[in-house]
Amino acid sequence: MRTTSTAPTLILGARPYGEEPTDILLAEGRILAMGEQARVQAQELEQVQELDAAGLIALPGMVDLHTHLREPGREDAETVETGGRAAAKGGFTAVHAMANSSPVADTAGVVEQVHRLGRESGWTEVYPVGAVTVGLAGEKLAELGAMAESSAQVRMFSDDGMCVHNPVLMRRALEYVKTVDGFIAQHAQEPLLTEGAQMNEGDVSAVLGLPGWPAVAEESIIARDVLLAQHVGSRLHICHVSTAGSVEIIRWAKQRGIDVTAEVTPHHLLLTDELVRGYDPVYKVNPPLRTTADVEALRHGLADGTIDVVGTDHAPHPTQAKECEWSAAAMGMTGLETALPVVIKTMIATGLMDWRRFAEVTSEAPARIYRHSQQGRPLQPGEPANLILVDAESTQTVDPTGHASKGRNSPFRGMQLPGSVRATFLHGHPVVLDGELNSPYLPSQTQREVTS
Amino acid sequence: MRHLLSTADLSRTEALSILDTAEEMAAVSTREVKKLPTLRGRTVVNLFFEDSTRTRISFEAAAKRLSADVMNFSAKGSSVSKGESLKDTVQTLEAIGADAIVMRHWASGAAAQLAASDWTDCAVINAGDGTHEHPTQALLDALTLRRGWTAAQGADPRCADLSGMRVLIVGDILHSRVARSNIWLLRTLGAEVGLVAPATLLPVGVEKWPVSVFYSLDEALASGPEGGPDAVMMLRVQAERMGGAYFPTAAEYTRRWGLTDERLAQLEHHRTAAGAQPMILHPGPMNRGVEISAAAADSPMNQVLDQVSHGVSVRMAVLHLLLSSSERNTA
Repeated sequence: MRTTSTAPTLILGARPYGEEPTDILLAEGRILAMGEQARVQAQELEQVQELDAAGLIALPGMVDLHTHLREPGREDAETVETGGRAAAKGGFTAVHAMANSSPVADTAGVVEQVHRLGRESGWTEVYPVGAVTVGLAGEKLAELGAMAESSAQVRMFSDDGMCVHNPVLMRRALEYVKTVDGFIAQHAQEPLLTEGAQMNEGDVSAVLGLPGWPAVAEESIIARDVLLAQHVGSRLHICHVSTAGSVEIIRWAKQRGIDVTAEVTPHHLLLTDELVRGYDPVYKVNPPLRTTADVEALRHGLADGTIDVVGTDHAPHPTQAKECEWSAAAMGMTGLETALPVVIKTMIATGLMDWRRFAEVTSEAPARIYRHSQQGRPLQPGEPANLILVDAESTQTVDPTGHASKGRNSPFRGMQLPGSVRATFLHGHPVVLDGELNSPYLPSQTQREVTS
Repeated sequence: MRHLLSTADLSRTEALSILDTAEEMAAVSTREVKKLPTLRGRTVVNLFFEDSTRTRISFEAAAKRLSADVMNFSAKGSSVSKGESLKDTVQTLEAIGADAIVMRHWASGAAAQLAASDWTDCAVINAGDGTHEHPTQALLDALTLRRGWTAAQGADPRCADLSGMRVLIVGDILHSRVARSNIWLLRTLGAEVGLVAPATLLPVGVEKWPVSVFYSLDEALASGPEGGPDAVMMLRVQAERMGGAYFPTAAEYTRRWGLTDERLAQLEHHRTAAGAQPMILHPGPMNRGVEISAAAADSPMNQVLDQVSHGVSVRMAVLHLLLSSSERNTA
């Protein structure tokens, strides 16, 4: 066993946050120096790798609070290894693996397993999310304390995919996580209002004859939960907000000083229920694609700070789960490898946000919500070297067959999207170089070759 | 026209072409030898994932009268019930040599998915998909309405549309594929459409549809310039809606939205602009005593048996038009 063999890297001419070009020296997992000092100090080091980054934008490594890695249990859909590769290629230096694995991540054993698989994989940091209730069944609390005290040190708890719909249970969960300084991430979906629901309820569902999923089923749970969070003084995170009404409720809650944070997915920033007209199940997702008015409200909510973070809700599925009747198809879409281009297209190219705000919503805010100390940090000397280099000028056509994820269910298939991740550094180690996987970061083991 | 998936896709010209062809097919059905050789050597598969004996035998009769070979594939008792995918089922039928697939499916959009896929080159005919559409039902209803509408005016049905006709559709619009297909086709043919239902059985967004909406059947039956409709289409109330979720009881539904003896009497006294009695339609099977009284079911104004025979003519027309235009692909 030896520590990581990563050589120092001198990044030449990158533009931090899209601002003035500068040099950045990475060594020993940290940003050692920036500007003129970078070259000076590089001369004192051995085996420095120089990386020409002229024209590239340097950003803190992205942090995804909402990823489905499917392992354990559905390794045909994704594994920690393949999902980690997808994350690295997409520019994520940390992902949070949702609890709906099989077995469910509702015990210390399962979260420790996922955490260990992440460390052994080495493409990104993997933080398991603990289930709020046993088996995601919404009936009794899982052992949140045991998961918090485990080696995975879980702080985020969610029944994602299922809503903690029982108001008393939700209240108790919000109270209980205070004892471990954690937070609840709620999948807001009133189950009785969405029985058999297949798509957004509105003009399109009326014509298609698919049972509708009303916006109120999401909004009523958010309204209830922000009031519960206020009452018990706890931290609440709302997963994948999808409606204009939800944005309004969260804005109101924040104005009242309620400790709520909110997330939006890239697909809800770009796609609408009009796409369902062809009944292609690649567009089937929970929460469903909504309307243009909702997309607009989400974009503005993200720009003005009502929505705090972008979370991918990366949900890979095997081919047969999508190659079937709409109502029989699985819900979910891949997202790790398309998140950055979609956020550039919807938020940067539209002028709604700048790169500083991009860094906030994709990195700093999610890291702050989880209370990470080594993620979402500013690009400054002394900070951990978790950062990415982005070519914002390029465009590419999305081809899911080229994705590192096992999932081919990308709703962006065939779309031309701006921007690409050229390099991802995890603790100073280049896990991605030239837009391709390089090698994993394995601090306590021999470096492995990339096998495929 | 390569497939028939939805009446929303049909232009006025295409719809009239189907209806006019159906008139010719109807003439064949009255001959002593009710058979044409046009589809000899072609194979039509009735692929039914949902039981519907009425629709299946109607398509079967239509295909046989055109001399096609017919295979009936029911999901029950087949590999589908053991979990075979739609893709594998359809590719199997393709390998057997089907030219057209007539599909009834419980899933909305299944026919559109099949037509858009590369699983088969067959012509796809939607014989009802979930709560989406049932285009041949709408076409046979239109054929029935056109016959009555033109007969009252002493005109030839051929080439005529339904301009000026006022049609009420009464019942569970929300879950009805028949209603959706009828609304789009009737509008394409120039008819005015009124929907009559409790608010629970109308889809969210119905206010944007090109129709009038009535919560009261009595109000709807007295509406319009002549103080009444030209035709009333009663939809079947599904037993699973009667449990109190969508309306309190079957009895309350009948009182408010049923074609009762009293409402039948009102219709009997009404005269359309052409001086005829209004037509009553029902896609069948009827729930006597629920959405339609026994007297209304047996009334001479009720077209339900004509609808059945028109169903065969319309389905012959659709098979003929789809398969004769695709002949070069399979020759």
